[in-house]
Amino acid sequence: MSLFRNIVFTAVVAGLLSGLLMTVMQSFSTVPLILQAETYENAGGEEAGHSHSHDAAPAAGTAAPVVADHHHDEEAWAPADGFERFIYTASADVLAAIGFALVAIAIAEALGGFGGWRGGLMFGIAGFLTVSLAPGLGLPPELPGMPAADLGPRQVWWISTAICTAAGLGLLVYTRSALLAALAIVLLVAPHLVGAPLPPTHETAVPIELYARFVNAVYATNLIFWAVLGAIAGLLREKFRSGEQVSLTTERELAAR
Amino acid sequence: MVTNSAAGAVSVSTSKIIPLGMSALLGLFMVGFVGFSHLEVVHNAAHDTRHSLAFPCH
Repeated sequence: MSLFRNIVFTAVVAGLLSGLLMTVMQSFSTVPLILQAETYENAGGEEAGHSHSHDAAPAAGTAAPVVADHHHDEEAWAPADGFERFIYTASADVLAAIGFALVAIAIAEALGGFGGWRGGLMFGIAGFLTVSLAPGLGLPPELPGMPAADLGPRQVWWISTAICTAAGLGLLVYTRSALLAALAIVLLVAPHLVGAPLPPTHETAVPIELYARFVNAVYATNLIFWAVLGAIAGLLREKFRSGEQVSLTTERELAAR
Repeated sequence: MVTNSAAGAVSVSTSKIIPLGMSALLGLFMVGFVGFSHLEVVHNAAHDTRHSLAFPCH
């Protein structure tokens, strides 16, 4: 029980700090670009290929099937732009960060622990590769108003790619057999050979220059976020181990022998 | 001595399965809720986070 408690404590602190840092970075980088893209999205209307507008109800009949297909209920609640929206983004960032931290710490502990902040940093970078870069190779970050394939298949491809990448990286780092290394490479490459679900057309009203800046901003902020998350988790995990069966000192003594 | 410590390591890891599994499940549930829930309200609340984390959105 103390192991679970210590993991949750570490994940909450690491997720809170890295999630808040990410929120600050996003509010200067990605969020202004999202808001800018939404002006094109709302102006583009039906031509943009998918409507995300919260206010513009489609003209009855004509465009309704297209818009309804994107399951955006026009009456669904959304946070008001400005401070309220910022608070919800910050909360979602922190929740996602704590969730990522819980998974990362659990995997690290199963494989023998972070071994300090440097090991945590390496785990964080592996998290970036697994959750940001590898899925992003097939499904690049999207701005509102950009065409995309159906949500369900994309989510399935995204999750499958993340699992395959995590397993591949784990095999490469934690095993030493040539056969398993070959399997790892297959796991890393296979999702991209299968390919992500693509939209029928890539036409969009969003300018390519805006999109390029957004993609750069997403990868930069996510890399920093994961590095900080991992390093803090590695550091805290080493410091707070009260009540666990194998204390750090005994582990160190064993390692010293 | 080597066999003893190896046996000890195995027993520690079996006692770790439940807390580690629960931690991972809780984390996956949180990420799934924020990033993958199809609920419209959750989507709208976490909209900027989903785009900024490059989750599949819309």
